Amino acid sequence: MTHHAQPAPPSAASPPGAPAPPQPTRRRSPVGRIPFYFLVPALLLYSFVLLVPSGQGAVLAFTDWDGLSRGWSFVGLANFRDLLDDGAARGAVLHTVTIAVVVTIVQNTVGLLLALGVDSLIKSRNVLRILFFAPAVMTPVVTSYLWRYLYAPDGAINSTLEAAGLGALAQDWLGDSDLAIWSVIAMVIWQFSGYSMVIFLAGLQGVPKELREAAAVDGAGPARRFWYVIRPMLLPALTINLMLSMINSLKMFDQVWVLTGGGPGQATETMSTLIYRNAFQFGEYAYSTAVALVLTALVAVISAVQYREMARQERGAR
Amino acid sequence: MNRYTWRTLLLEAVMVLTAAAFAFPLYILVNLSLRTPGDSAAAMVPTSDPTLANYADAWRQAGLGGAIVNSAVVTGLSVLIIVVVSALAAYPLARVSAGWSRVTFVLVMFGLLLPFQLALIPLYQTIRDLGLLGTVWSLVLFYSGLQVPFSVFLYTGFLRALPRGYEEAALIDGCGPLRAFRSVVFPQLRPITGTVVILNTIFVWNDFLTPLLYLSGSPQQTIPVAIFGFVGQYTSQWQLVFAGLVIGVAPILVAYFLMQKHIIKGFAGGIKG
Repeated sequence: MTHHAQPAPPSAASPPGAPAPPQPTRRRSPVGRIPFYFLVPALLLYSFVLLVPSGQGAVLAFTDWDGLSRGWSFVGLANFRDLLDDGAARGAVLHTVTIAVVVTIVQNTVGLLLALGVDSLIKSRNVLRILFFAPAVMTPVVTSYLWRYLYAPDGAINSTLEAAGLGALAQDWLGDSDLAIWSVIAMVIWQFSGYSMVIFLAGLQGVPKELREAAAVDGAGPARRFWYVIRPMLLPALTINLMLSMINSLKMFDQVWVLTGGGPGQATETMSTLIYRNAFQFGEYAYSTAVALVLTALVAVISAVQYREMARQERGAR
Repeated sequence: MNRYTWRTLLLEAVMVLTAAAFAFPLYILVNLSLRTPGDSAAAMVPTSDPTLANYADAWRQAGLGGAIVNSAVVTGLSVLIIVVVSALAAYPLARVSAGWSRVTFVLVMFGLLLPFQLALIPLYQTIRDLGLLGTVWSLVLFYSGLQVPFSVFLYTGFLRALPRGYEEAALIDGCGPLRAFRSVVFPQLRPITGTVVILNTIFVWNDFLTPLLYLSGSPQQTIPVAIFGFVGQYTSQWQLVFAGLVIGVAPILVAYFLMQKHIIKGFAGGIKG
């Protein structure tokens, strides 16, 4: 996400009609003296909604607060010890990481292939762009109910397989505890591949046409052109895509909650559904915030590793 | 390399088939929503006897009218506040090189990493203590704060690349910083404002967990919550459920189809910054 260090895109950065004046000497410029109070409304809202309650959450994770009583006391690492002993919590961490890793890899691979496809000379490219991105706009609650029907034992996927003479492949997509998590993953990939596609498309449009043509004239085939000409210039888009899909799928709630409710059993329980269930169904507020704190640490660590790796690659590509 | 060759034709065929697979769920959604209750033909067989009665029934039974109004109010107000406060905050963050500016920028970007799950419970208590539970105001407040880091991030990136000439001239001519922002800087931010509006509209309109928590048990609902409650009651009547789903997703899809050109372009441009 901290991608803005890149040179800004020419299309977005130069509004029509804006001249490119010489940058005057900076020290005397009144522009450098914009007052602090411009920040106040944003900071108040941000602090009220995110910063302060997150800090409170980080403290609560070390208490025995039950959400009702006024009093609470510090219990040290007890909640985290419970978390380690809790099979459901260990499962939730595993499912969350599985979903995040698989979704990130497949969604971006599909998104990249779609982007290369609709960036080509095919005649249907404009219609296809609109179509592939449409699911990403749709309300996840709605798409999740739709897929719950598609996945039902007598639903559209199984009945289509049977009609095609492939009845042997019919499955209880959401009821089978080994299969359910993959069914969730498949739906998320269907919904958000178009999202990755659009960001890759933006990157592809930044690859100068002359560069590709020059490579073609020099006899480079499509694969070599992609690897040596297009890939290095797509790295910024890739960075954003990987960060967005990783962070979003680590936090994902709606799709799991509506598709499976975390089941069957707890086969698709994720950290987000576990946090919700513990807090608002079981009243385990302190324990729930401990899970949330672990999720926060997970997001931070994975993002940091991902960001460093991508920054290294982007430097190497230049 | 600019000719339509047999390779391009092959690619076209592959892409169209992929698109058909992507569209399959949407076809099923519309197809089933048009069926009469007794129609038990296989899901992918086109309806022989289409009816719109399900739509009328779903509209009445799910209370979707009120939910659409609530969603529109929450989305409109939230996005308005997000745009104003984020653009305003990004201005000094992009232009001032003093220490307070850099520290604040890092603090705000830190918010990109914070999953709201950590803030969820303490914030819920605060909203409850303020007596805002069950009102759309709790949601407006929530989204306005939650989306600040991402929106400030987009605005700051764009502003850093924007030449300073006009505002400098305005400031030297004795224009106050607020006025310079309003009449010189903000108009130049139009492309990125479009992106901020689009991304936040999609996010706020579709969000489910927060309204589920804050509005539960109140007559106020947003579209995702109304759909959630409606489907829970009518799970066995697929044709009715599907009509409800189509109505629920129609406003955002219609908005998307009308604006898709700007959305795909602006979306990409904004993310790139």
